[in-house]
Amino acid sequence: MISYLPYPVRIDDIVVETEDGNLKTFKLVFENETQKKAWKHVPGQFAMLSLAGQGEIPIGIASSPTEEGHLLFTVNRAGKVTTALHQMHTGERMGVRGPLGNGFPIDTDMKGKNIVIIAGGFAVTTLRATLIYLLEHRQDYGKITFIYGARTPGMLLYRDEMKQWAARGDLDLHVTVDREAPGWDGLVGFVPTIAGQVAPSPENSVALICGPPIMIKFTMPPLEKIGWTDDLVYLSLENRMKCGEGVCCHCNVGPTLVCKDGPVFTRTQVRKLPVEY
Amino acid sequence: MKVFRLSQTELDNMVQQWSQNRRVYRPAADRQQSAHADCAPGWERVAGSAPLTMAVGPPKTSVKTFLFPQPETMQTFSLKSSDPDKALMKEPEKLTEKQIVAGLRPCDARSVMLNNLPYREDPFYQANLARTVMVGFTCSAMCATCFCDQVGGSPMGTEGLDIAISQIDGSFVAEVLTPAGEELTAGLDLAPADDTDINALAARRAASPQVDSAKLAALKGRDLNRLYEAPLWKPLGESCINCGACTFNCPTCYCFDVQDEVVRGYGRRIRYWDSCMFPLYSLHTSGHNPRGRKMQRTRNRFMHKLKYFPDRYGPFSCVGCGRCVQDCPVNIDIREVMSDLLTVE
Repeated sequence: MISYLPYPVRIDDIVVETEDGNLKTFKLVFENETQKKAWKHVPGQFAMLSLAGQGEIPIGIASSPTEEGHLLFTVNRAGKVTTALHQMHTGERMGVRGPLGNGFPIDTDMKGKNIVIIAGGFAVTTLRATLIYLLEHRQDYGKITFIYGARTPGMLLYRDEMKQWAARGDLDLHVTVDREAPGWDGLVGFVPTIAGQVAPSPENSVALICGPPIMIKFTMPPLEKIGWTDDLVYLSLENRMKCGEGVCCHCNVGPTLVCKDGPVFTRTQVRKLPVEY
Repeated sequence: MKVFRLSQTELDNMVQQWSQNRRVYRPAADRQQSAHADCAPGWERVAGSAPLTMAVGPPKTSVKTFLFPQPETMQTFSLKSSDPDKALMKEPEKLTEKQIVAGLRPCDARSVMLNNLPYREDPFYQANLARTVMVGFTCSAMCATCFCDQVGGSPMGTEGLDIAISQIDGSFVAEVLTPAGEELTAGLDLAPADDTDINALAARRAASPQVDSAKLAALKGRDLNRLYEAPLWKPLGESCINCGACTFNCPTCYCFDVQDEVVRGYGRRIRYWDSCMFPLYSLHTSGHNPRGRKMQRTRNRFMHKLKYFPDRYGPFSCVGCGRCVQDCPVNIDIREVMSDLLTVE
């Protein structure tokens, strides 16, 4: 039976991620030890963040299941609940309901493959979860290529962690910003351009792409040029949601429910759907 | 299965007896209004000895008001700073009080089973289903707006009912179909139906309009994208005003919205009927709306009922009660949409 009751959690830490202050990462710890132990998620899944008196919002889980004991959510301040969340403080209580959705196929289609991760803007959150997981299980996967871009250096999430990833030497990291900026000595250019330059061949590979629709649209042609096909590309959809359990109907894209059947779909699956996302 | 024969007086006595220790609801004499504050329009709570009469056609509000009431409390919470449980979501007390819905029609009864497909794992719906006994009246006549036979049901159907009562030659034949129905009739002094009654009932059932399975299969088998792109949505979307009357009155429209409401530091999270006819239904916080145009929303309602739901669960999400046909202010008729979809190139 579905439970709509959120688990009580405390805000353990809040990190302001971006220069505009609109993105914050919330570190949440469970109040209840049994619930903490029972929580199992897969990278790419999401959860409902619940604020009593405000409502619930579906947010991708930014932490990897290998980071035990807490959950991370990076939240853009945009509407009623996210604005209230941004005003909350460390130590305060809120709720988490989930994990929900399917997640990336880390144990099936991705296993043993070369993984190309392409992220734009703050859509990088669940891909951060994925990358941390892959690095913790490094021997189970082939070459890892991580391409990430934001408008400006100050809009990049998880910058400190990226420095650590760059130093590891067992993944190919390409971080880019849209245009030149003072103090930035990294790549400059849009994600599709960079992807076209650095993406490996699709042989024994899968790609995970999350970003604004326009980025995804322009990233595909350069990939297709070097042989990538739709069935090798995984995307994550988002739609307005209420229940997250495949009941309330809000997130439907044709007969497909983003919350239950997704949010992760192959591009082949997405192309069969009406464009209602 | 037990079958009884009752006179009008015996039927009224039986219902009255139930109402002594249970909540019993029935369609109101005025199908549009309700005399009782705790009932949705078209229903009333049985009190006293007013005879149970069955006007033709369904009550204004469908039976979903009993299984999927609105608002329905999902959680309660306190926002008082002095409360150690501040902001802790708590489950409301589970409703277990038995209720009897008497006099619903086969279309509404069938809708309970159809909604049970998406709601199979929903704790609130299941709790309501477990505490509700359904005593239905089969239909000896169909309204001009009825079409249960075109979507897989029947005016003599018993699906979803615990007891089905049919009027035959001035008296009533009650078929007890489930253990819950047996519990209701146990201990009552009822006369078993004789062979004449049972034969008459069988003859009535055989003579009732039959489902056109071939037509149903033909519509279900149509290609989704072909239907989605069909030219008929444009004129339909132009006339539809997205008022949502069809969805609210529809027994098989089951989507819901969730909102928090707080009064003086205490609050509850509630769910209530929503409608895919409203732009807010699918609006993203970013401002993007996947179904921002009126036509897209009109299309979604019909596609959900006639294609998306069947693709996912099997049957159409429609029982042919005709409420949407009756209540549509711009005369959109789902039966016409169905036949148009069958002929889409």
